[in-house]
Amino acid sequence: MNITELTVHELKEKLDKKELTVSEITKAYVDRINEKEKDVNAFVTTLTDEALEKAKQIEEKLSHNENLGEYAGIPIGIKDNMCTKGIKTTCASRMLENFISPYDGTVVNKVINEQNMIDLGKLNMDEFAMGSSTETSYFKKTKNPWDLSKVPGGSSGGSAAAVSANMVPWALGSDTGGSIRQPASLCGVVGLKPTYGLVSRYGLVAFASSLDQIGPITKDVEDSAILLSIIAGHDEKDSTSMNIPKKDYTKSLKNDIKGLKIGVPKEFFGEGINEEVKTSLNTAIEKYKELGAVVEETSLNIAEYALAAYYIIACAEASSNLGRFDGIRYGYRAKNCETLKDIFVNSRSEGFGAEVKRRIILGTYVLSSGYYDAYYKKAQKVRTLVKNEFAKNLEKYDVLLTPTSPITAFKIGEKTENPLEMYLSDICTVSINIAGVPAISIPCGVDKEGMPIGMQLIGKHFDEETILNTAYTYEKNTNFREKYKPTFKGGAN
Amino acid sequence: MKVTREELLHIAKLADLKLEEEEIDKYLLNLQDILNFANIVNKAPVEELKETIGSNDNYNVFRKDEIVEFEDEEALLQNAPEKEQNMFKIPKVI
Amino acid sequence: MAREDYEVVIGLEVHAELSTKTKIFCSCPTEFGGKPNTHCCPVCMAMPGALPVLNEKVVEYAVKAGLATNCEISMDSKNDRKNYFYPDLPKSYQISQFDKPLCERGYVEIETSEGKKKIGLTRIHIEEDAGKLNHDEYGRGSLVDLNRAGVPLIEIVSEPDMRSVEEADVYLKKLKSILEYIEVSDCKMQEGSLRADVNVSIRKKGQKEYGTRTEMKNMNSFRSITRAIEYEIERQIEVVENGGKIDQETLRWDEVSGKTFSMRDKEDAQDYRYFPEPDLVAIKLSKEYIDNIRKNLPELPESRKERYIEEYKLTEKEARMITSSKYLSDFFEKGVEISNNPKAICNWLLSDVARILNEQEKEPDEIPFMPEDLAELVALIENGTISTKIAKDVLEKMFETKEKPNKIIKDNGWVQISDEGAIKEVVQKILDANPQSIIDYKNGKDKALGFLVGQAMKETKGKANPQMLNNMFKEAMK
Repeated sequence: MNITELTVHELKEKLDKKELTVSEITKAYVDRINEKEKDVNAFVTTLTDEALEKAKQIEEKLSHNENLGEYAGIPIGIKDNMCTKGIKTTCASRMLENFISPYDGTVVNKVINEQNMIDLGKLNMDEFAMGSSTETSYFKKTKNPWDLSKVPGGSSGGSAAAVSANMVPWALGSDTGGSIRQPASLCGVVGLKPTYGLVSRYGLVAFASSLDQIGPITKDVEDSAILLSIIAGHDEKDSTSMNIPKKDYTKSLKNDIKGLKIGVPKEFFGEGINEEVKTSLNTAIEKYKELGAVVEETSLNIAEYALAAYYIIACAEASSNLGRFDGIRYGYRAKNCETLKDIFVNSRSEGFGAEVKRRIILGTYVLSSGYYDAYYKKAQKVRTLVKNEFAKNLEKYDVLLTPTSPITAFKIGEKTENPLEMYLSDICTVSINIAGVPAISIPCGVDKEGMPIGMQLIGKHFDEETILNTAYTYEKNTNFREKYKPTFKGGAN
Repeated sequence: MKVTREELLHIAKLADLKLEEEEIDKYLLNLQDILNFANIVNKAPVEELKETIGSNDNYNVFRKDEIVEFEDEEALLQNAPEKEQNMFKIPKVI
Repeated sequence: MAREDYEVVIGLEVHAELSTKTKIFCSCPTEFGGKPNTHCCPVCMAMPGALPVLNEKVVEYAVKAGLATNCEISMDSKNDRKNYFYPDLPKSYQISQFDKPLCERGYVEIETSEGKKKIGLTRIHIEEDAGKLNHDEYGRGSLVDLNRAGVPLIEIVSEPDMRSVEEADVYLKKLKSILEYIEVSDCKMQEGSLRADVNVSIRKKGQKEYGTRTEMKNMNSFRSITRAIEYEIERQIEVVENGGKIDQETLRWDEVSGKTFSMRDKEDAQDYRYFPEPDLVAIKLSKEYIDNIRKNLPELPESRKERYIEEYKLTEKEARMITSSKYLSDFFEKGVEISNNPKAICNWLLSDVARILNEQEKEPDEIPFMPEDLAELVALIENGTISTKIAKDVLEKMFETKEKPNKIIKDNGWVQISDEGAIKEVVQKILDANPQSIIDYKNGKDKALGFLVGQAMKETKGKANPQMLNNMFKEAMK
């Protein structure tokens, strides 16, 4: 038995049956990290020694029948933009290279302190979650386990790559415009962006407050439902968190979608979408029909508007959210500053990378006097349009089906010179954040180079159940994970 | 809309960022490119629509006026680049 | 042209710290002072990932202030971010309100030597206070203390409706007393919990358009405000008279030199990039909520004033002065409850107590004794234990020692002599020593009686009952 290939629900079953111990599981992952990290570069901080130590403590407590939480002893990886007390939280930025949070974020608190999961480390990402390839990380470039010369996607590239490479059984990512779903798609794993307001943002270092959500990146849909059940829920510390009852999302997994209405927005299959991606999606559509779903073509003509509005709104909010990094209370402070202004300007100019600065400048521009109406205000109107269009479609259909990414993983360095081109690759995912609805990406095939292709299923507000069941039913009736595995090919050495 | 070099420098100043001479042309080009694209929001059929304000439909989320002291005051200053008398130290401000 | 040819236009933006227990967006205490950075948490220190949650009392207090100043209360309001970099502003944005303040279109009625007048209020909005910059020991650097960061404020913006220094002064005093009455702010100016930004411009009389205004920020004493406005008016008139132009700018008032100075470069015009705060949600107030606050609003100074005239027969002026401070007014009511002599309590408060406070540059809430002590003093005069003259000395002692009047009198042996035999003795002694005065009195010189009483008072160190002395001298010289 190869422990690290198991899903969490399989691990849990074996733990319950005493076929495996917490230490055995943790040790297997620590070994796997030690073996693969040099190829994949998924982590900013690894906590392998601490993990082994905590595994022992948990076993000890479990032997005394202490009540530790259902998933006590299951390892997890955490994207490095979630605050962890006593452990560095860097956002993959020079700005926070040595930052140690004085508190645990709400979701971190749930998985680490309440559930007693074992933190294997903090996962690499695009700097401050700004990027679609994890190439903007100040520290390292994470590789795609399916081809080490390619990007894992982003911004949660470290999380997706680590899950895909079996270096963690599951991970937490964050999604502002596709940052969970797109890397999940590019790495052949499952990524869920919950409805805005379902999961607390307290302790998630903000990129764009009105769009950010934390979500699970997992090997399969059942694990996604489990992790979502753990992290979802109202939090008094986040005003945008909705006060709705807690749910057990695994109950929605029925392996049955007969009569389900699926809408396929034709605009998401047009120009710019790779032919192999289209073909793969069409095969998935046929599969759904076969499984008893009613699939219809529909129109959702907002993708370009949404993408433009997304970059305006996200950058505007980011330009303000990143103001607090001023070199005074924490974070990078430039050397040899004589005046206060030197501290502000030099610390920020040296502490932030090029992409972050680009977005701060764009965001500052669209909010500045004279341009607010033409850009920010208009974008907020477009947001209303996008919401309305989604609402119309989701009134008619239970689920909308689109590609997650117009292309499969690309070569490292291929798009770094052209920011706009990189932005355009988010075309399939950003409108979901603008509308605030939930969406899941699951693997549905590979291209001719063997790179994973992802399918995105979009649901109604707070109806994660339906997209989870739709994804689950597909997964149960196809077998991506058995057919395809990452090869770690293309390594430089 | 054409972005001028002066505008870019003004915006950078507002954001407390300093652009090196060799960066300016690159940023100018990027910003122009992205704005040209973003300008599509001005072609969207939104005349009749109101702006979305607020991150979602939540409203009236309030806290009770009850004191809860943060448990780890020391940790709040542990990351300070420079401190003195339990305060953050900065160059003299008049 | 002369000063009289110009009209002065003044508008005030008043910031009042609300007297909630906790900060506006986190549960840290608002208490003034304390060891630096100990009333802080990840939220008010702007740690990455921390989020604000609005204190319900802040909304309630702002609505109270709005209702007490005749504002319309907005049923649909929100918070916005105001972006700028400054070390006392940890998030580099202040959460404030931009286009949808909680209260709009109110007024405050003031009364000056020119009569009554309404000063319009543009708006009242809620926002957070900034931290404090201190200087380090050697004067080489500044030190940031964030205990005050996130303390709730309301900003009360007036229309440019004031036309004189007096109006501005009276308006500010009135506003302060209203906020004290409704108990939303302690308005301690010396602690900075009430501060004003003052906008001043001048125009030729009869001119329609406003002149260019200058702004003086963060003024926190009535004296500075009136002095600064006076100075600024003179300065502006001088500039215009000399053919110059007023620049729209922010000025700093320097208390020591008594002058204003330019603060910022003009080219450095601020662009605050306001936008809706995405970390907070809409504020939607119901009619019931607003009505409920209205119903429970405490009695305002205007209505107390009327009641004092009606119930206690105070003059309009007396009632106005007593109600100008909530503390004074509460003090008065407590005193009256015990002594049942409103006129006397009022007189003491407005004359001797006011004089001593003034000499010591203190506010009414710094009176060192309780209303029952003043009532006791009044009772001691009423029952003849001490004379009014002695009572004045007792009051001085009350300020000094904070002792009860009875104890002061006893300790100092100031009990009035009302014993007939004792007084008769004194009268005889004085008459024996001043035969000429007796002759003068008998010749119709009434002044002589006063002289004799004075001598007797001197002899008894002021303790003799003056009424009895008067009567006995007259009797003896018949």
